[in-house]
Amino acid sequence: MHETDMTKALILTLRDWWEAEDRPVIARIHLIVGKFTCVEPASLQFAFDVQTQGTFLETAELVIEETPLIAFCHTCQQEYAPAIGIQYACPACRSPMDDIRSGRELKIERIECTVP
Amino acid sequence: MHQTYDAALGINLLHANQAGAEHNRAHLDAWGITCLNIMSSPGAGKTALLERTLAALTADFRIAVIEGDMTTELDADRLRQYGVPVIAINTGRSCHLDSRMVSGGLHRLEHEYNPAEFDLLLVENVGNLVCPAEFEVGEHAKVALLSVTEGEDKPLKYPIMFQEADCLLITKMDLAPYLDVDLERIIANVRQMNTTVKIIPVSAKTGEGLEVWLDWVRSVTKPTGVPA
Ligand SMILES: Nc1nc2c(ncn2[C@@H]2O[C@H](COP(=O)(O)OP(=O)(O)OP(=O)(O)O)[C@@H](O)[C@H]2O)c(=O)[nH]1
Ligand SMILES: [Mg+2]
Ligand SMILES: [Zn+2]
Repeated sequence: MHETDMTKALILTLRDWWEAEDRPVIARIHLIVGKFTCVEPASLQFAFDVQTQGTFLETAELVIEETPLIAFCHTCQQEYAPAIGIQYACPACRSPMDDIRSGRELKIERIECTVP
Repeated sequence: MHQTYDAALGINLLHANQAGAEHNRAHLDAWGITCLNIMSSPGAGKTALLERTLAALTADFRIAVIEGDMTTELDADRLRQYGVPVIAINTGRSCHLDSRMVSGGLHRLEHEYNPAEFDLLLVENVGNLVCPAEFEVGEHAKVALLSVTEGEDKPLKYPIMFQEADCLLITKMDLAPYLDVDLERIIANVRQMNTTVKIIPVSAKTGEGLEVWLDWVRSVTKPTGVPA
Protein backbone atom coordinates (compact mmCIF):
# COMPACT_ATOMS: atom_id res chain seq x y z
CA MET A 1 0.00 0.00 0.00
CA HIS A 2 2.80 2.44 0.76
CA GLU A 3 4.09 2.12 -2.80
CA THR A 4 0.91 3.90 -3.89
CA ASP A 5 1.96 6.83 -1.75
CA MET A 6 5.55 6.60 -2.90
CA THR A 7 4.30 6.74 -6.48
CA LYS A 8 2.18 9.76 -5.68
CA ALA A 9 5.28 11.41 -4.24
CA LEU A 10 7.28 10.43 -7.31
CA ILE A 11 4.66 11.83 -9.68
CA LEU A 12 4.52 15.09 -7.68
CA THR A 13 8.29 15.39 -7.83
CA LEU A 14 8.32 14.73 -11.55
CA ARG A 15 5.50 17.18 -12.16
CA ASP A 16 7.40 19.91 -10.29
CA TRP A 17 10.46 19.23 -12.43
CA TRP A 18 8.49 18.94 -15.67
CA GLU A 19 6.44 22.09 -15.17
CA ALA A 20 9.39 24.21 -14.02
CA GLU A 21 10.44 24.61 -17.64
CA ASP A 22 9.01 23.80 -21.02
CA ARG A 23 10.11 20.16 -21.22
CA PRO A 24 9.64 17.57 -23.96
CA VAL A 25 7.65 14.35 -23.41
CA ILE A 26 9.21 12.06 -20.80
CA ALA A 27 10.06 8.66 -22.30
CA ARG A 28 11.92 6.92 -19.51
CA ILE A 29 12.55 7.53 -15.83
CA HIS A 30 15.54 5.83 -14.24
CA LEU A 31 15.16 5.26 -10.52
CA ILE A 32 17.66 3.98 -8.03
CA VAL A 33 16.00 2.20 -5.15
CA GLY A 34 18.13 0.91 -2.30
CA LYS A 35 17.40 -2.44 -0.68
CA PHE A 36 17.41 -0.70 2.71
CA THR A 37 14.28 1.36 2.04
CA CYS A 38 10.62 0.58 2.43
CA VAL A 39 10.06 0.46 -1.31
CA GLU A 40 9.33 -2.77 -3.14
CA PRO A 41 10.24 -2.26 -6.81
CA ALA A 42 7.55 -4.57 -8.25
CA SER A 43 4.82 -2.79 -6.30
CA LEU A 44 6.23 0.58 -7.29
CA GLN A 45 6.24 -0.43 -10.94
CA PHE A 46 2.65 -1.60 -10.73
CA ALA A 47 1.46 1.49 -8.88
CA PHE A 48 3.24 3.72 -11.37
CA ASP A 49 1.58 2.04 -14.37
CA VAL A 50 -1.85 2.43 -12.77
CA GLN A 51 -1.48 5.97 -11.46
CA THR A 52 0.05 7.53 -14.56
CA GLN A 53 -2.78 6.53 -16.86
CA GLY A 54 -4.19 9.58 -18.55
CA THR A 55 -1.45 11.86 -17.20
CA PHE A 56 1.63 13.49 -18.72
CA LEU A 57 3.49 10.33 -17.69
CA GLU A 58 1.15 7.91 -19.47
CA THR A 59 3.75 6.83 -22.05
CA ALA A 60 6.72 7.04 -19.72
CA GLU A 61 8.54 3.87 -18.78
CA LEU A 62 9.86 3.35 -15.27
CA VAL A 63 13.25 1.64 -15.03
CA ILE A 64 14.24 0.65 -11.50
CA GLU A 65 17.76 -0.24 -10.51
CA GLU A 66 18.17 -1.77 -7.07
CA THR A 67 21.27 -1.13 -5.00
CA PRO A 68 22.41 -3.54 -2.29
CA LEU A 69 22.85 -2.65 1.37
CA ILE A 70 26.54 -2.05 1.93
CA ALA A 71 27.97 -0.85 5.22
CA PHE A 72 31.50 0.10 6.22
CA CYS A 73 33.00 -1.25 9.43
CA HIS A 74 35.42 1.25 10.90
CA THR A 75 36.95 -1.32 13.23
CA CYS A 76 37.78 -3.76 10.43
CA GLN A 77 38.28 -0.98 7.88
CA GLN A 78 36.24 -2.84 5.32
CA GLU A 79 32.86 -2.96 3.65
CA TYR A 80 30.35 -5.71 4.29
CA ALA A 81 26.85 -6.60 3.13
CA PRO A 82 24.52 -6.87 6.14
CA ALA A 83 21.92 -9.64 5.96
CA ILE A 84 18.68 -7.65 5.94
CA GLY A 85 16.20 -9.01 8.46
CA ILE A 86 18.85 -11.13 10.18
CA GLN A 87 21.96 -9.23 11.17
CA TYR A 88 23.23 -5.68 10.63
CA ALA A 89 26.32 -5.71 12.83
CA CYS A 90 29.68 -6.47 11.23
CA PRO A 91 29.93 -10.26 10.80
CA ALA A 92 33.64 -10.17 11.63
CA CYS A 93 33.76 -8.02 14.78
CA ARG A 94 30.09 -7.38 15.67
CA SER A 95 30.45 -3.61 15.55
CA PRO A 96 27.09 -1.93 14.95
CA MET A 97 26.14 -0.82 11.46
CA ASP A 98 26.82 2.90 11.70
CA ASP A 99 28.06 3.84 8.27
CA ILE A 100 25.79 2.89 5.40
CA ARG A 101 27.51 3.29 2.05
CA SER A 102 24.69 2.08 -0.19
CA GLY A 103 21.12 0.85 0.12
CA ARG A 104 19.29 3.99 1.34
CA GLU A 105 18.91 5.51 -2.13
CA LEU A 106 15.47 6.52 -3.34
CA LYS A 107 16.27 8.74 -6.22
CA ILE A 108 15.52 9.73 -9.73
CA GLU A 109 18.82 9.27 -11.44
CA ARG A 110 18.07 10.21 -15.00
CA ILE A 111 15.18 11.21 -17.20
CA GLU A 112 15.05 10.52 -20.91
CA CYS A 113 12.85 12.70 -23.07
CA THR A 114 11.64 12.15 -26.61
CA VAL A 115 12.84 14.93 -28.84
CA PRO A 116 10.46 15.44 -31.75
CA MET B 1 15.64 10.45 -30.64
CA HIS B 2 16.11 10.71 -26.90
CA GLN B 3 17.54 13.51 -24.89
CA THR B 4 18.90 12.63 -21.46
CA TYR B 5 18.45 14.97 -18.55
CA ASP B 6 21.05 14.48 -15.91
CA ALA B 7 19.76 17.70 -14.46
CA ALA B 8 17.37 15.58 -12.46
CA LEU B 9 20.23 13.47 -11.19
CA GLY B 10 20.12 13.07 -7.46
CA ILE B 11 16.59 14.36 -6.98
CA ASN B 12 15.16 12.36 -4.14
CA LEU B 13 12.07 10.34 -4.93
CA LEU B 14 10.48 11.92 -1.92
CA HIS B 15 11.58 15.40 -2.88
CA ALA B 16 8.07 16.87 -2.79
CA ASN B 17 7.38 15.37 0.63
CA GLN B 18 10.77 16.44 1.95
CA ALA B 19 10.30 20.01 0.77
CA GLY B 20 6.92 20.08 2.52
CA ALA B 21 8.50 18.72 5.71
CA GLU B 22 11.12 21.46 5.69
CA HIS B 23 8.42 24.05 5.13
CA ASN B 24 6.48 22.71 8.12
CA ARG B 25 9.63 22.73 10.25
CA ALA B 26 10.32 26.34 9.34
CA HIS B 27 6.83 27.31 10.56
CA LEU B 28 7.28 25.29 13.75
CA ASP B 29 10.66 26.91 14.38
CA ALA B 30 9.19 30.36 13.87
CA TRP B 31 6.48 29.56 16.41
CA GLY B 32 9.02 28.04 18.81
CA ILE B 33 7.32 24.63 18.75
CA THR B 34 9.16 21.34 19.15
CA CYS B 35 7.52 18.60 17.12
CA LEU B 36 7.77 14.88 17.90
CA ASN B 37 6.67 12.29 15.35
CA ILE B 38 5.41 9.27 17.27
CA MET B 39 5.40 5.99 15.36
CA SER B 40 4.79 2.30 15.99
CA SER B 41 2.90 -0.71 14.74
CA PRO B 42 -0.87 -0.66 15.38
CA GLY B 43 -1.69 -0.93 19.05
CA ALA B 44 1.82 -0.61 20.50
CA GLY B 45 0.48 2.05 22.85
CA LYS B 46 0.96 5.46 21.22
CA THR B 47 -2.34 6.89 22.40
CA ALA B 48 -1.91 5.43 25.90
CA LEU B 49 1.54 7.05 26.09
CA LEU B 50 0.15 10.37 24.89
CA GLU B 51 -2.57 10.25 27.53
CA ARG B 52 0.07 9.82 30.24
CA THR B 53 2.26 12.47 28.68
CA LEU B 54 -0.53 15.04 28.48
CA ALA B 55 -1.64 14.29 32.03
CA ALA B 56 1.91 14.98 33.25
CA LEU B 57 3.06 17.86 31.09
CA THR B 58 0.11 20.16 30.39
CA ALA B 59 0.99 22.11 33.56
CA ASP B 60 4.49 22.90 32.26
CA PHE B 61 3.99 23.22 28.51
CA ARG B 62 1.36 24.33 26.04
CA ILE B 63 0.83 21.20 23.99
CA ALA B 64 -1.09 20.47 20.81
CA VAL B 65 -1.67 17.08 19.21
CA ILE B 66 -2.03 16.00 15.62
CA GLU B 67 -3.70 12.64 15.47
CA GLY B 68 -3.37 10.61 12.29
CA ASP B 69 -5.89 7.84 11.99
CA MET B 70 -7.04 5.93 8.96
CA THR B 71 -10.75 6.03 9.69
CA THR B 72 -11.97 7.13 13.09
CA GLU B 73 -11.63 9.93 15.63
CA LEU B 74 -11.56 7.52 18.57
CA ASP B 75 -7.95 8.29 19.53
CA ALA B 76 -8.50 12.03 19.08
CA ASP B 77 -11.51 11.92 21.41
CA ARG B 78 -9.47 10.05 24.03
CA LEU B 79 -6.89 12.85 24.00
CA ARG B 80 -9.35 15.79 23.95
CA GLN B 81 -10.23 14.93 27.54
CA TYR B 82 -6.90 16.45 28.54
CA GLY B 83 -8.00 19.89 27.42
CA VAL B 84 -5.47 20.32 24.63
CA PRO B 85 -6.20 21.05 20.96
CA VAL B 86 -6.31 17.75 19.07
CA ILE B 87 -6.33 18.05 15.32
CA ALA B 88 -7.54 14.82 13.78
CA ILE B 89 -6.28 14.00 10.33
CA ASN B 90 -8.16 11.31 8.55
CA THR B 91 -5.56 9.67 6.37
CA GLY B 92 -8.05 7.57 4.44
CA ARG B 93 -6.34 4.62 2.80
CA SER B 94 -2.91 6.13 3.24
CA CYS B 95 -0.88 4.19 5.79
CA HIS B 96 1.17 7.11 7.12
CA LEU B 97 1.03 10.86 7.60
CA ASP B 98 2.88 12.90 5.01
CA SER B 99 4.07 16.48 5.17
CA ARG B 100 1.11 17.78 3.18
CA MET B 101 -1.42 16.33 5.62
CA VAL B 102 0.50 17.75 8.58
CA SER B 103 0.71 21.10 6.82
CA GLY B 104 -3.10 21.06 6.68
CA GLY B 105 -3.10 20.36 10.41
CA LEU B 106 -0.73 23.25 11.07
CA HIS B 107 -2.94 25.61 9.13
CA ARG B 108 -5.86 24.60 11.29
CA LEU B 109 -3.76 25.23 14.39
CA GLU B 110 -2.86 28.65 13.01
CA HIS B 111 -6.50 29.53 12.28
CA GLU B 112 -8.10 28.31 15.45
CA TYR B 113 -5.36 29.16 17.97
CA ASN B 114 -2.32 31.33 18.40
CA PRO B 115 0.44 28.91 17.40
CA ALA B 116 3.17 31.04 18.98
CA GLU B 117 1.73 30.14 22.39
CA PHE B 118 2.55 26.46 21.97
CA ASP B 119 5.75 24.72 23.03
CA LEU B 120 5.21 21.15 21.93
CA LEU B 121 3.40 19.41 19.09
CA LEU B 122 2.90 15.69 19.46
CA VAL B 123 2.08 13.93 16.21
CA GLU B 124 0.62 10.44 16.52
CA ASN B 125 1.32 8.75 13.22
CA VAL B 126 -0.75 5.95 11.71
CA GLY B 127 0.00 2.54 13.24
CA ASN B 128 2.53 1.05 10.83
CA LEU B 129 6.15 0.02 11.32
CA VAL B 130 7.17 0.35 7.69
CA CYS B 131 6.63 3.62 5.89
CA PRO B 132 6.07 6.43 8.41
CA ALA B 133 9.85 6.34 8.89
CA GLU B 134 10.40 7.37 5.26
CA PHE B 135 7.93 10.26 5.26
CA GLU B 136 9.13 13.17 7.35
CA VAL B 137 6.41 15.54 8.43
CA GLY B 138 8.58 18.36 9.80
CA GLU B 139 9.40 16.80 13.16
CA HIS B 140 12.44 17.66 15.24
CA ALA B 141 12.74 14.13 16.57
CA LYS B 142 11.33 10.70 15.79
CA VAL B 143 9.95 8.60 18.60
CA ALA B 144 9.34 4.90 17.95
CA LEU B 145 7.43 2.52 20.18
CA LEU B 146 7.84 -1.24 20.30
CA SER B 147 5.68 -3.20 22.70
CA VAL B 148 7.11 -6.23 24.47
CA THR B 149 4.39 -8.39 22.89
CA GLU B 150 5.72 -7.82 19.38
CA GLY B 151 8.86 -9.95 19.60
CA GLU B 152 12.58 -9.29 19.83
CA ASP B 153 13.13 -9.66 16.10
CA LYS B 154 11.03 -6.66 15.00
CA PRO B 155 13.97 -4.22 14.90
CA LEU B 156 15.72 -6.64 12.54
CA LYS B 157 12.64 -7.10 10.35
CA TYR B 158 11.61 -3.43 10.24
CA PRO B 159 15.03 -1.83 10.55
CA ILE B 160 14.38 1.59 9.07
CA MET B 161 12.02 2.74 11.79
CA PHE B 162 14.54 1.70 14.43
CA GLN B 163 17.48 3.11 12.57
CA GLU B 164 15.82 6.51 12.19
CA ALA B 165 14.45 6.79 15.74
CA ASP B 166 15.90 9.35 18.17
CA CYS B 167 14.01 7.84 21.08
CA LEU B 168 12.66 4.29 21.39
CA LEU B 169 10.12 3.33 24.00
CA ILE B 170 9.77 -0.33 24.79
CA THR B 171 6.17 -0.32 25.91
CA LYS B 172 3.82 -2.49 27.99
CA MET B 173 6.67 -3.50 30.29
CA ASP B 174 4.05 -4.59 32.85
CA LEU B 175 3.30 -7.52 30.52
CA ALA B 176 6.92 -8.69 30.30
CA PRO B 177 6.66 -11.15 33.23
CA TYR B 178 3.92 -13.03 31.37
CA LEU B 179 5.92 -13.37 28.17
CA ASP B 180 9.16 -15.03 27.12
CA VAL B 181 10.51 -11.66 26.10
CA ASP B 182 14.20 -10.88 26.33
CA LEU B 183 14.59 -7.13 26.82
CA GLU B 184 18.36 -7.29 26.47
CA ARG B 185 17.96 -8.91 23.08
CA ILE B 186 15.54 -6.25 21.85
CA ILE B 187 18.06 -3.60 22.89
CA ALA B 188 20.99 -5.48 21.32
CA ASN B 189 19.05 -5.83 18.06
CA VAL B 190 18.33 -2.10 17.99
CA ARG B 191 21.94 -1.26 18.82
CA GLN B 192 23.07 -3.22 15.74
CA MET B 193 21.78 -0.35 13.62
CA ASN B 194 21.39 2.62 15.95
CA THR B 195 24.06 3.41 18.51
CA THR B 196 22.68 6.76 19.62
CA VAL B 197 18.92 6.22 20.09
CA LYS B 198 17.68 6.81 23.64
CA ILE B 199 15.98 3.56 24.71
CA ILE B 200 13.42 3.72 27.53
CA PRO B 201 11.39 0.75 28.79
CA VAL B 202 7.98 2.01 29.95
CA SER B 203 4.54 0.95 31.02
CA ALA B 204 1.63 3.30 30.53
CA LYS B 205 -0.29 1.08 32.90
CA THR B 206 2.02 1.04 35.94
CA GLY B 207 3.93 4.22 35.18
CA GLU B 208 7.28 2.41 35.05
CA GLY B 209 9.88 4.43 33.14
CA LEU B 210 7.52 7.33 32.50
CA GLU B 211 9.64 9.83 34.43
CA VAL B 212 12.61 9.00 32.19
CA TRP B 213 10.44 9.55 29.11
CA LEU B 214 9.02 12.79 30.47
CA ASP B 215 12.53 14.03 31.24
CA TRP B 216 13.55 13.27 27.67
CA VAL B 217 10.53 15.20 26.37
CA ARG B 218 11.38 18.11 28.68
CA SER B 219 14.98 18.07 27.47
CA VAL B 220 13.99 18.42 23.81
CA THR B 221 11.25 20.97 24.53
CA LYS B 222 13.68 23.76 25.32
CA PRO B 223 13.21 27.14 23.66
CA THR B 224 15.80 26.06 21.08
CA GLY B 225 13.61 23.07 20.30
CA VAL B 226 16.07 20.85 18.52
CA PRO B 227 17.55 17.86 20.37
CA ALA B 228 21.33 17.67 20.38
N1 LIG C 1 -0.89 -3.80 29.76
C1 LIG C 1 -0.70 -2.68 29.05
N2 LIG C 1 -1.52 -2.38 28.04
C2 LIG C 1 -1.28 -1.24 27.34
C3 LIG C 1 -0.23 -0.37 27.65
N3 LIG C 1 -0.25 0.66 26.78
C4 LIG C 1 -1.30 0.44 25.96
N4 LIG C 1 -1.93 -0.71 26.30
C5 LIG C 1 -3.13 -1.28 25.68
O1 LIG C 1 -2.83 -1.61 24.32
C6 LIG C 1 -3.95 -1.35 23.49
C7 LIG C 1 -3.57 -0.40 22.38
O2 LIG C 1 -3.15 0.85 22.94
P1 LIG C 1 -3.24 2.21 22.16
O3 LIG C 1 -2.67 3.26 23.02
O4 LIG C 1 -4.60 2.42 21.60
O5 LIG C 1 -2.23 1.89 20.95
P2 LIG C 1 -1.94 2.78 19.65
O6 LIG C 1 -0.51 2.55 19.32
O7 LIG C 1 -2.36 4.17 19.89
O8 LIG C 1 -2.87 2.09 18.55
P3 LIG C 1 -3.24 2.65 17.08
O9 LIG C 1 -3.35 4.14 17.18
O10 LIG C 1 -4.52 1.99 16.74
O11 LIG C 1 -2.10 2.21 16.20
C8 LIG C 1 -5.03 -0.79 24.40
O12 LIG C 1 -5.89 -1.84 24.77
C9 LIG C 1 -4.26 -0.29 25.59
O13 LIG C 1 -5.01 -0.30 26.78
C10 LIG C 1 0.63 -0.72 28.75
O14 LIG C 1 1.60 -0.04 29.09
N5 LIG C 1 0.35 -1.89 29.40
MG1 LIG D 1 -3.58 5.41 18.73
ZN1 LIG E 1 34.10 -5.22 11.79
